[in-house]
Amino acid sequence: MLDTSVPLLNIRAVSQTYQKGSGEPGLPVLDNISLSICEGEIIGLLGRSGCGKSTLLRIVSGLNRPSKGEVDYLGALVDGPADGVAMVFQSFALFPWLTVLENVEIGLRAKKVAEDESRRRALEAIDLIGLDGFESAYPKELSGGMRQRVGFARALVVHPNILLMDEPFSALDVLTAETLRTDLLDLWVEGRMPIKSILMVTHNIEEAVLMCDRIVVLSSNPGRIAAEIKVDMAHPRNRLDPEFRQLVDHIYALMTKRDDSARREGAFPGLGLGMSLPIVSTNTLAGMMEEVAGEPYNGKADLPALAESLQMEIDDLFPVAETLQLLRFAELVEGDIKLTQAGRRFADSDVDVRKRLFGDHLLAYVPLAQRIRRVLDERPSHHAPATRFREELEDYMSEDYAEATLRSVTTWGRYGELFAYDESSQSFSLENPQ
Amino acid sequence: MAVRSVASPALAGRQLPNQWDVIALCLVFGLLALIVQGSRGMTAPLAAPVTADLSLNYSNLPYYALRTTLRMFAAILCSLAFTFSYATIAAKSRRAELVLIPLLDVLQSVPVLGFLSFTVTFFLGLFPGSTLGAECAAIFAIFTSQAWNMAFSFYQSLRTVPRDLEEVARSFGFSGWQKFWQLETPFAMPGLIWNTMMSMSGGWFFVVASEAISVGDTTIKLPGVGSYLALAIEQKRIDCVAAAVVTMAVVILAYDQIIFRPLVAFSDKFRVELTAAQTEAHSFVRDLFLRTRWLRQTSRAPARLFHRVALWRLEPPARVERLASNIRLSSRLFDIAWYVIVVAGAGYSLYLVYDFVSRDLGLIDVSEAVGVTFITMARVLTLIALASLFWVPVSVWIGLRPAIAEKLQPLAQFLAAFPANVLFPVAVVLILKLSLNPDIWLSLLIVFGTQWYIVFNVIAGATAFPNDLKEVAANFQIGGWDWWRKVILPGIFPYYVTGALTASGGSWNAAIVAEYVKWGDDTVSAHGIGAYIAKATAAGDFPRIVLGVCVMSVCVIMFNRLLWRPLFGFAERRLRLS
Repeated sequence: MLDTSVPLLNIRAVSQTYQKGSGEPGLPVLDNISLSICEGEIIGLLGRSGCGKSTLLRIVSGLNRPSKGEVDYLGALVDGPADGVAMVFQSFALFPWLTVLENVEIGLRAKKVAEDESRRRALEAIDLIGLDGFESAYPKELSGGMRQRVGFARALVVHPNILLMDEPFSALDVLTAETLRTDLLDLWVEGRMPIKSILMVTHNIEEAVLMCDRIVVLSSNPGRIAAEIKVDMAHPRNRLDPEFRQLVDHIYALMTKRDDSARREGAFPGLGLGMSLPIVSTNTLAGMMEEVAGEPYNGKADLPALAESLQMEIDDLFPVAETLQLLRFAELVEGDIKLTQAGRRFADSDVDVRKRLFGDHLLAYVPLAQRIRRVLDERPSHHAPATRFREELEDYMSEDYAEATLRSVTTWGRYGELFAYDESSQSFSLENPQ
Repeated sequence: MAVRSVASPALAGRQLPNQWDVIALCLVFGLLALIVQGSRGMTAPLAAPVTADLSLNYSNLPYYALRTTLRMFAAILCSLAFTFSYATIAAKSRRAELVLIPLLDVLQSVPVLGFLSFTVTFFLGLFPGSTLGAECAAIFAIFTSQAWNMAFSFYQSLRTVPRDLEEVARSFGFSGWQKFWQLETPFAMPGLIWNTMMSMSGGWFFVVASEAISVGDTTIKLPGVGSYLALAIEQKRIDCVAAAVVTMAVVILAYDQIIFRPLVAFSDKFRVELTAAQTEAHSFVRDLFLRTRWLRQTSRAPARLFHRVALWRLEPPARVERLASNIRLSSRLFDIAWYVIVVAGAGYSLYLVYDFVSRDLGLIDVSEAVGVTFITMARVLTLIALASLFWVPVSVWIGLRPAIAEKLQPLAQFLAAFPANVLFPVAVVLILKLSLNPDIWLSLLIVFGTQWYIVFNVIAGATAFPNDLKEVAANFQIGGWDWWRKVILPGIFPYYVTGALTASGGSWNAAIVAEYVKWGDDTVSAHGIGAYIAKATAAGDFPRIVLGVCVMSVCVIMFNRLLWRPLFGFAERRLRLS
C-alpha cells in the first residue's frame, strides 16, 4: 500500500446553493464541507439521495463550481476539469456511436496524444479491466457490467491520480455489481491500476464498508459531514465478519439519527407547509407496516436486516420508514424501526378502516394535506386549482421538489379519501367521481 | 422504413404568440417588403424571358429528371449548411436564441410559394442575362421548404444532449470544435436524417412548382420535370403529363432506395438508447456497399480525414477568450442593448411593410385578403376533417394487420413524397369536362398530396399500439363505437396529431397552387387566399402579393398556435403510450 499521509486534493469549506427558477439563491445543498484526499486510500461519500454527494463529486472533478469555498489539487486551484482526475459515471455515459476501443481512446485523442501511443495505452487499459476481445464491439452489444468496465477503462487510460466514481455499481444487478467490485478491489490491492486514490459516491452502506478505507457520512438538507469513519479491516473483507456487521449497524444508526429531537418531522427538509416529501406509494407504506408487524419482527425491526430481506437499498427504504415516522405509524430509533399503536392497528385492519386511519393521520400530521383540505372546506365551490398549492410550495423549495411533494400528498389524500383530484382540470375537489 | 413520430420541438409549451413572435413576424415581413422594393427596380431589364429550349419529347425526360434531382440536392446541401450554422448559433447563444427560434417558427409557417415571385425577380437581378439567377431562385424556393424543420430538429438535439455525455466531454477537456463533432452532431444525427428525409419528400412539390414560373411578363422555364409538365399543360398534352408522373415516381423511388434507406440504416448507430432496436432498419444498398472491397477502401481515406478534422482542437486564442469573459461581465448592459436593437429592427420592418403596402392598397384590400383567407382556412379545415374521417379508419385497419401494414406503409410514404401538383392537370381536365364547381372540387387538390401524412402516421400509430391493450379489448369484448372511442382513437391520437399537423402545413402551401390552375388557355380558379396570391403573382402585382402572404402567414401561425399546439400538448401529456 502507498503512503497515506500526502494530501493529493483538499476540499476547503465548500458550500453550494441551488438557484431557484427566479435566479435568486435557493436552499443550500452543501454546507461547509472540508475534506482531504490522500494517496493510497479509497474514500466513500455515503449519503442518501438529495444529500449533495454527487454535487460534491462534480465540484471535486471541476465540472461544477462551488458557491463558496475552494478545491485545490496538487496545490493548484481547481477551476475546471483537471488533468489527473477522471470520473466513472453511474449511467456509464459511453458514446453509443463509438466502439469500445474508440470510447477508451477518445479522452487521449482529444488531448492530441499521438495515434499509436493512445492505441497502445487504450489496449493496455482494456486488457487490465478484462475487456479484451470486445475492442470492436459497440456499447449497445454489451451487458451492463461490460459497459461499466468500458467506463473504468476510459477513466484509467488517462492515468489519473484520483479516480472519481459516481455510484458506479448502482445501475447494475446484484451479482454483476459484486463481481465488478471484487475485480476492482483486487486490482487496487495489487497496485495494478495507474491511480493513487479513489473517491467514490455511494448510497449503499455495505458497499462503502466493503471497499473504503474512510467513510464520510453526509447528512441531508443541507449536506454536511455527519461523521468520518476509518475502516481498518484488511482486504478482502468478509460481509459476514461480526466486525463488518457491527460497522454496518453503526452506520445505519448514524444515518437514521435525528439531529434535532425537537423536530419530530426531522427526517424531511423544511418545516410545516414547506416540508419536502418523497414520492412513496401507499401500497409500499402498507406493505412495510405489514412486514414489520408480522413474523419475525413483531413490531420492531432492525433496518439493515429489513433492507436485506426486502432487497431494498437505503434510498428506497429510508423514505418509506421516514414517511411512516412522519405519519406516526412508526418510530425510528438507533437503526431500528418500531411500529406505533396506530401502525399496529393499521396492519391488522381491513381496507376501509385502514383508509380512514390513514386519512386521519395524514390530516393530523402533514401540514400540506391540512392546508388543501381547509381551502376546499372554506370555498363554497369546494374546488381549488393545484397551481395554487404548487406556487405556494415553490416559495420554500425548487420546482421539482414542489412537484414531487404535491404529487405525494395528492396520492396519499386520494387514498385517505380526504379529497379528490381531477387530472384534466388539475384541480382538487371534495366530490368523488360518480 | 421505420416511422418515428416526428414533431416540431416548438410544439411543446408555448402557445399564444409572445413578444418575440411578434418581433420575428415583423422582421420576416420587413425583409420581404425590402426585397420586393429592391427587386421592383430590377424588373424592367427582365423583359427578355429566360426560357430554355424545352421539348416534350419523352427521350428528354431522363435528362430533365437529372436536372431536377441536382437542383434538389443543391438545395439540401444549402439546407444542411444553414442547419449547422443557424441551429448551432441559436443553441449556443442565449441572446441569439431569443430571436432566432421565433423567427424559425414564423418562417416555417410562411407559405413558401408566395415568396416565389420576389425571390425570382431578386435572383434574376443578381445574375442578369444568365440562367444562373433562375437556378438560384428555384434552389432557394426548395431550400425554404426544407431548411426550417431540419434546423429545428438540430437545435432541439443540441439542447437535449444527455447530461452525462456532456460531462464526459467536459471532464476530458474536449474543445468546442471537438465536442461539436464528437458529441453533439452524432447525437443529433438520427433526428436530422429523419427530418432531412421528410424535407426531401416535401421538396419535390416545390421543385415542380418553382421550375416554371411567370411573374407578370417574365416567364422562366428551367430544364426539369416541372417545366416539362408546365409545357405539357400549355400544349394540353395529357400523355406528357402521364410521362412526367411516371418519371417523378421513378426518381422518388430511386432516391429513397439509393440515398435515404442507407442513411437511415446508418443513423441507427447514433441512437443513444443503449438497448438494441427491435426493428433494425435495413437497406440493400448499404449491405451491398458493406460487402464490396474496393469501394470500401476508397471511402476509408475521406473517413480518416474527417476523423482527423473532427479531432482538431481549434480553440480561440487566449486573447479572444479573455475578451469574451470581459463581455460576459457587462452582460446586463448587452442584454438591454440587444433588446433595443431587435425591437428597433422589428419596428422599422413593420414600418416598411406598412409603407409598401399602403402606397397602393387601402383598408378594403386588407379586409378582402382577410376574407379570402378565411375561405381558404375553412377549406383546409374541412378537407383535413374529411380526409381524417376517411383515412383514420382505413389506416387503423391497415395498421392493426402487420403483414399488410408492412407493404402499404412505404406506399403511403411514397405518396406523401410524390408532388401532387404533377397530377393537378388531370383534375383540371375533369373539372372542365364535367363543368364542376371549382370552389368545391379544386379544394380536393389541397389535401391531395398531404393526406398521406395522416395515413402513414396513423398506420405507424396503430402498428405501435400495444398488444396487451388489444388483448384486453378483445377479452372484455369491447367492440363497436366504444372500441373506437375508448381504445384505439386515444391510442393513435398522438400520431394522428403529428400527421394532421404536417398535412395542414402542406395544405396551406398547396392552396397557392391548387386554387388557381390552368390547362392550356383555360384557367380554373376558386375563391381563397391561394388564388389571390397566385393571381397577383401572374399579374406581377407586388403589393397584393406582400399583403396576401402577410395575411396568410399570420393566419397560419394563429391556426397552428390555437388549434394544433393545444392538441399536441394534450396528446403528449395524456395519451402518450410509453
